[in-house]
Amino acid sequence: MLLRRVTDEDGAPCLLLTGNYTLAALEQRLQALSDELAGYAADPGLHWDLTGIEQIDDAGAVLLWRAWGARRPKHLLLRPEQERLFSRLGKTPPLPVLPPRDLLWPVTKLGGAVFLLWEHLTGIVILAGQLLLDMKYLAAHPARIPWREISANLFRTGAQALGITALVGFLIGVVLSYLSSKQLQMFGADIFIINILGMSIIRELGPMLAAILVAGRSGSSMTAQLGVMRVTEELDALTVMGIPHSLRLVLPKVIGLGIAMPLVVLWTSAIALLGGMVVAELQLGLSYHFFINKLPDAVPLANLWLGLSKGVVCGMIIALIACHFGLRIKSDTESLGAGTTSSVVTAITVVIIIDAIFAVIFSDVGIK
Amino acid sequence: MTNTDCIIEVEGLHSRFGNHVVHEDINLCVHRGEVLALVGSSGSGKTVLLRQMLGLETPAQGIVRVFGQPVHGADRNELQSMRNRWGVLFQKGALFSALSVFDNIALPMRELHTLDERMIRDLVMLKLKMVEIEAQHANKMPAELSGGMIKRIALARAMALDPELLFLDEPTSGLDPVLSEGFVKLIQALRTELTLTIVMATHDLDTLAALADRVAVLAEQRLLALGSLREVIGISHPFITNFFLGERGKKTLGNNGYIL
Repeated sequence: MLLRRVTDEDGAPCLLLTGNYTLAALEQRLQALSDELAGYAADPGLHWDLTGIEQIDDAGAVLLWRAWGARRPKHLLLRPEQERLFSRLGKTPPLPVLPPRDLLWPVTKLGGAVFLLWEHLTGIVILAGQLLLDMKYLAAHPARIPWREISANLFRTGAQALGITALVGFLIGVVLSYLSSKQLQMFGADIFIINILGMSIIRELGPMLAAILVAGRSGSSMTAQLGVMRVTEELDALTVMGIPHSLRLVLPKVIGLGIAMPLVVLWTSAIALLGGMVVAELQLGLSYHFFINKLPDAVPLANLWLGLSKGVVCGMIIALIACHFGLRIKSDTESLGAGTTSSVVTAITVVIIIDAIFAVIFSDVGIK
Repeated sequence: MTNTDCIIEVEGLHSRFGNHVVHEDINLCVHRGEVLALVGSSGSGKTVLLRQMLGLETPAQGIVRVFGQPVHGADRNELQSMRNRWGVLFQKGALFSALSVFDNIALPMRELHTLDERMIRDLVMLKLKMVEIEAQHANKMPAELSGGMIKRIALARAMALDPELLFLDEPTSGLDPVLSEGFVKLIQALRTELTLTIVMATHDLDTLAALADRVAVLAEQRLLALGSLREVIGISHPFITNFFLGERGKKTLGNNGYIL
């Protein structure tokens, strides 16, 4: 029982409110009560007596306030603490409206995106330039070379990536070999499986698989690491100690991944070839011995160097992009998520662009 | 055995991290309507105890009951209704950075699914008014705010559902003296309007002297003392002497009308 309509001593109609007007007490019957109160509020001569209310919280007060149409009824009886509550309600400003969207928003949005792209491009170039300067500085001060960080990065991005790259490489080798051997069998050209696997894996698939896996795996972790360091103010702490970010954080990552990546490429290609070899043996009956002996004839050595140099370039670019995005992250969680996503997407896109550039430049290298 | 007067009951609580023992047999009862301050040096497990009361961490041994129900092992619905009845102010505010100030405060109200959007709007603006944040900041994101504002908005969010029980973790740390005095006044005003039970972990003697009805001192893995500030000061123990009766402590307590 929350309200009772009575007639007071002067004969005026009066509404007595009793019980608890708190959110917890009202929860389920809020809507019904709101309608009921609005009905009573339509009568301007009604006296409202709130002194019988045991507890009233903000939700209860807002409920009454809305029923009254955002002003006090003419006859209202309150206790002092309720008086405070309602006077605060009377002074509550409305929620400011957001300015409407500009009609030119598609243009400004597009312009913004172009500027952002330009910002990223110059940012990455500046970071790369800074790294060059750092390397010059380190050449003059070899004692300052961050060996520990480089080796830690080498371990994290190289050694710890061996498992996943081996798994993916092996399976791709198996699939590629299986499909190709089916086709080759039709023409009786079984022996060319070695050429197909050797060329495609050593020159293209090995480096690309490794680069895409590493971009997803190590690139994201580098961006997230730098981003969290921004959130926890660790980056600022380094700055005030006079330790440059580029030297201590970015350079070891770029060098570490630059060393680790060709090794991972080599590993991925080897395992993918192994997968292909196993299927070639099962499907076509080519012995392992024959496969390995024939491989150097089928694939010129230049392809291996090409694959490895792709690894070096991709590794350094992935680390550079990851660090660029990591350092741009602002100290909120939203920006952390968005930054990591853009970092990985950009890194994978750039890796594929680099591959295309290699394909064009070296189109007549290593192909018989 | 459940004491009806206890809004929070801690019984035989042990907690340890690996080999490191944090609490050994803690027994505590928080009475309805009181302000209990948890005091202790860094690493004495104030925050751990607070987190165990909230069900964020499980003690190695012992029971924590809030509103007469065990926090650990309650079913989903019970836990949810328990959580709607308490509000928590985290040390750094813990505002959701993806949501605007308005949406941060509106979130617990919207989660109830019983309030309509217009009512939520009025309520949020009222809460903002209560913590003295101007309406123009309602559409800002937490990243655009100062530390003091974040703290006040976090309090508004903790108070969103008008809880009976409020947990405050270092409520005045990071606030300037004027703001922290305002904060204390705000809590005092709230207590006159509602039966509010408050558990706070604090280092700030001013806040402690102004708000706390009882003080629980945690040290040496146990509950060293529990009682009014005056009683606690009377206990002779190196930590208590250091904490309350050091140079700084004497001055603060003197300012708050304690004759030592």
